Amino acid sequence: MATDVIMPQMGESIFEGTVTKWLKKPGEKVERDEPLFEISTDKVDAEIPSPAAGVLKEIKVAEGQTVPIQTVVGVIDADGAGAASAAPVPAAAKPQVKPEAKQEINPEAKQEDEKASPASAPTKAEAAKADSAKAAASPAPAQTAARPAPATAGAGSAAAPQRPARLGEQAGEKIRSSPLVRRLAKENSVDLAQVPGTGAGGRISKRDILSAIEGGGAQQVRPGAQARPSMPPPPAATGAQAHTVFESAVPRERMYFGNYSVEPMSVMRQRIAEHMVLSKRVSPHVYSIDEADVTGIVKLRSQKKDEFERTTGSKLTYMPFFIRAAVEALHAFPTVNSSVDGTNIVFHRECNIGIAVALDWGLIVPVVKNAEEKNFLGLQRAINDLAERARTKKLKPEEVQEGTFSITNPGVFGGLMGLPVISQPNVAILGLGTIEKRPVVVDDAIAIRSMVYLTLSYDHRVVDGAIAHQFMGKIKQILENWSEGIL
Amino acid sequence: MAPVTMLEAIRQAIFEEMERDPTVVAIGEDIGVYGGAFKVTAGLLERFGWERVIDTPISETAIIGAAVGMGYQGLRPIAELQFIDFIACCFNQITNFVAKSHYRWGAPVPMVMRGPSGGGVHGGPFHSANPEMYFVHTPGLKVIYPSTAYDAKGLLKSAIRDNNPVLFFEHKFLYRRVKEELPAEDYTVPIGKAIVRREGRDLTIVTYAAMMHTSLEAAEELAKEGIEAEVVDLRTLLPLDKETILQSVKKTNKLLIVHEDTRTGGIAGEIAAVACEGAFEDLDGPILRVTAKDTPVPFSPPLEERFLPNKNDILSTARELARY
Repeated sequence: MATDVIMPQMGESIFEGTVTKWLKKPGEKVERDEPLFEISTDKVDAEIPSPAAGVLKEIKVAEGQTVPIQTVVGVIDADGAGAASAAPVPAAAKPQVKPEAKQEINPEAKQEDEKASPASAPTKAEAAKADSAKAAASPAPAQTAARPAPATAGAGSAAAPQRPARLGEQAGEKIRSSPLVRRLAKENSVDLAQVPGTGAGGRISKRDILSAIEGGGAQQVRPGAQARPSMPPPPAATGAQAHTVFESAVPRERMYFGNYSVEPMSVMRQRIAEHMVLSKRVSPHVYSIDEADVTGIVKLRSQKKDEFERTTGSKLTYMPFFIRAAVEALHAFPTVNSSVDGTNIVFHRECNIGIAVALDWGLIVPVVKNAEEKNFLGLQRAINDLAERARTKKLKPEEVQEGTFSITNPGVFGGLMGLPVISQPNVAILGLGTIEKRPVVVDDAIAIRSMVYLTLSYDHRVVDGAIAHQFMGKIKQILENWSEGIL
Repeated sequence: MAPVTMLEAIRQAIFEEMERDPTVVAIGEDIGVYGGAFKVTAGLLERFGWERVIDTPISETAIIGAAVGMGYQGLRPIAELQFIDFIACCFNQITNFVAKSHYRWGAPVPMVMRGPSGGGVHGGPFHSANPEMYFVHTPGLKVIYPSTAYDAKGLLKSAIRDNNPVLFFEHKFLYRRVKEELPAEDYTVPIGKAIVRREGRDLTIVTYAAMMHTSLEAAEELAKEGIEAEVVDLRTLLPLDKETILQSVKKTNKLLIVHEDTRTGGIAGEIAAVACEGAFEDLDGPILRVTAKDTPVPFSPPLEERFLPNKNDILSTARELARY
């Protein structure tokens, strides 16, 4: 029995989604509720579980394609029959296999064939790319001819350059790693040849691969590319605002020079770009900067963090301190907790605080709802939970909506301060700098105190400088005179 | 409550279970009038009388044989082997008869076979053995080897209440060397559950019995060098708690197994296979083991010290593994 896999509706106002990654290949077995594919929508990225157990028979919507909700994106065969009989459908390739052909092919024999002649069976969309790369690079060296085309070959174009010399690798010598390292490399598309090994005997260890992944797996433009690729056709932008958002300041021709590579933006990247341009256009941004002495909070945290984690199971961070201070200040200055609807100001009674979470693949702002009703531990739990689920793509669309104010923390990356762009439809966003010890004047003496720069970007249509500075003063006062119990 | 020794914890378990359940009886050499070679059963005869505390001739075969019969007749015997080395005399009865009885005839044999085991006390080749693996290789049995007083009491109670034949190894080096406060109320520790004694991120040490303490000491020393070892105490060897082992290996990505038993055919080999089958793609280094050498336990004290694994052996192997 065949079950259709559909593009789900991830939220009320969401009407389309992009398949970003298939986690199963056609012919592969899948359990019910096992992650089957990843999608990207206006609001969130998510893993979609399989609606049934069986074999993924057919992929109808290839990676990178955007389709309306309820579209059938694939088919699961619950009996497991017909495994591997349907050819994978590369993007923009013929979607159907003739039914007669299907019946003639013994699935097992087909699989045997594929194994026996790997060169003829590259996977999915790699096929086209790998073929062209191979053709350009031919004649292939004899010893590699029998192996499948390496995945990296697909990244090159005409006259694909030789792989750069591997660090410490002699001809024919294997890279020394471990099963764990090889798995992580595969999952994160890291070329192990590019990772220096610091383990015993030059082995690539867990630490090495993790730092390589942290450093960004994205491949740079390869040096020595000889032929210059021709300028790609203009990227197709989607959405009503596309035209104004994705216009360029200079003619396209002036961007393509020298060596370069071109990657389409992910859906998330496009949404961020749209949002930033719109926010800057709609809200006249003004910036105020203040600094707070958080020596007391730093001491409190270092004294209590072990006990806090032991008794609550949650890590103690600085963020709940700042949220609490912001919530108090929002109560004192409700204009900062508002939205602008034409000539109306919408004052929000709830304090729903959006927290910017940096991801390897972008940025998302999950919202701590009703922060004014939560105690300190509740805030810390909510932050940890949202951040963790943001990183594992488990957020629900409603969890990134209905924020009334936001906080971003460039300080975690060492930033002295940052001037953020307002997250719409808020009218202000608080930026936190890095907390560091600085010499400051206390009672006509120079003291060493833990200081933090606070920045506020606000919408001058409704928030004036006087309010903003008083708002910041309130935050500063709470942080510097922290009295609330944290346990 | 004052801290009690492992020996006292075991005595309490036997005492409380006999108090709780009139079908529990104790049988063994010198366990009555003399109170046991290590005094584990001191006071038992006075409290429960000749019918439930039975002194036997010097014949391990007779002890186990009688205990099996009692099990069939609805009693729950606790059979003591004065030194566990001599359990080998009963090998045929235990492996061919006791272990298969329920499987073959549907007749369960609820009995506990317990006794002092292990080296480090200069007991020589006949009074220092770790014969657990003969029985771990025998389906139908359960094998327990605790490392703390709390576990010894809780696991022995579980063993007595279990309807299967259970072997309960008591490391004699630990008898009077480990102490802790025990709960006043009745408690048990589940059979078949390992426990993480120390959390770590860099490598996992899976161990049990006396070596658990040696491993913990080594882990503290390693921590000073920046190597955080996680220590997993198996507590039960059969059934083996694969889940806890795999969970820890998936966390630290490196596995070291430490046991006092000799190397070839020790449980380290089995655990290594479990890790390869269940966590191969999480391994970031070879699976290593620290064990006793493949000889009988030497009588000469310096030779015995060389024979047994010690803290330095664990330290050097763990450092080697951490460098991978």
